[in-house]
Amino acid sequence: MGELGLFFGLLGAAVAVLFAGAGSALGVGIAGRAAAGVVTEDPNKFAQVLILQLLPGTQGIYGLLVGFITLSKIGLLGGNLASINLNTGLMILAACLPIGIVGLISGKSQGECSAASIGIVAKKPDQFGKAMLFPAMVETYAILALLISILAVSNIPV
Amino acid sequence: MASDWDFTYAVARIRVLETHLLSDADVGAMVAAKDEDAVLTYLRDKGWGDASGTKDAEEILKIEDEKTWATMRELRVDSSVFDVLALPKIYHNLKAAIKEVCTSYSNERAFYADDRYGRDQMVRIIQDRDFSALPEAMRQVAEEALETMLHTRDGQLCDILVDRACLDAIEAAGQKSNAKVIRAYAESFVAVTNIKIAVRAARTGKSPDFLQKALAPCKAFDVRLLAQAAFAGEDALMEYLNQSGYSEAAEALEQSPSAFERWCDNAQIRAIKPQKYEVCSVGPLVAYVLARQNEIKTARIILSGKANSLSDDAIRERTREMYV
Repeated sequence: MGELGLFFGLLGAAVAVLFAGAGSALGVGIAGRAAAGVVTEDPNKFAQVLILQLLPGTQGIYGLLVGFITLSKIGLLGGNLASINLNTGLMILAACLPIGIVGLISGKSQGECSAASIGIVAKKPDQFGKAMLFPAMVETYAILALLISILAVSNIPV
Repeated sequence: MASDWDFTYAVARIRVLETHLLSDADVGAMVAAKDEDAVLTYLRDKGWGDASGTKDAEEILKIEDEKTWATMRELRVDSSVFDVLALPKIYHNLKAAIKEVCTSYSNERAFYADDRYGRDQMVRIIQDRDFSALPEAMRQVAEEALETMLHTRDGQLCDILVDRACLDAIEAAGQKSNAKVIRAYAESFVAVTNIKIAVRAARTGKSPDFLQKALAPCKAFDVRLLAQAAFAGEDALMEYLNQSGYSEAAEALEQSPSAFERWCDNAQIRAIKPQKYEVCSVGPLVAYVLARQNEIKTARIILSGKANSLSDDAIRERTREMYV
């Protein structure tokens, strides 16, 4: 039973890293295609479009952070594996779900929004500040999910 | 089938290229230019033409047209996306080929250049009656128009048959397409062409039978009512246009024939303008091609106006609204 608890705890860390990372990969990929299109015609806009391309990359970092905290919580990093029962393991998994799921969806959506903002920079480079705000709005929801995941994982008694 | 997000790279490139399109202010500046040479200089400053520095206006316009298609080839856009834009040219070549074969009078300039259905290919198809070499939708009308021309020698009847088939093909292509821009273009093209036909028919007193053959059904309005109005005369037609949401067309008609032609082209540009805000579909690409064709047409109007010493006002009346 203890091993099953540990398994679910580990699954929680995997969900956080895997789904949030996948969301970022999709988002950065979409924005990257748009950025490449702009740079093909106007290489001078490289720095501006690169920043917009990187915005959807944060979800992957949030997932990694929650993953580290989870691994630390279950003692996998220090080499002292904690004894985790099934209920605790499931609780850790549930705590990791917000950043996993919201990271996946928001990463992809932010990438699409960044691609649209790259269109603004392509036509009106002086509007870069405004263009950056639109994808940044999507970030809010990834941060909310990150907070809940960190608070929940940290406060589960092991 | 390609997903809309597969066009992300291409649309981003198009967004940059759109910044090089001529604006209404550019058109105003060209109209105000002293003469044809000054217009050409303006266009060359905007990057038109090539490194050879040719000063031949037609050559420059041809180079610009080729640049547009080269960009599309570079973006690896499926060429079938643009088939609907080529339909009017292909059907025009069919009419020209039928007339050339039936009258033995050859005029290369009557044909549009086209890789698949240019002058040589089209004349061979008609001469050999090899209709299977044509797109499926064209076969029947090609045979019918050829027979009509051979038996009646009525070039206008031949034109009506082919033009109507062209409108039907564009309407069908629009309905079949998943791309909003193609649907908008097809609907606008058929509606505007129907209005053009109705106006000409009203002015020349054509019969209801002619109008029934020439007008293609479309979503914008009931062509039966349009035909009745055109047969009743120009006033009745204008009243019908006002009632069916085409009051701008009626106003342009009242102004002058060139103002009406201008409205026809502007209506199509307005139909594709929402594509400026599309992020990731094939729409902005198709709209870019149409916008380029529109600015090349406008440049040609200004250049020929200047070459023929038309007044600035007369040229301005003929210039088209720009996409950007």
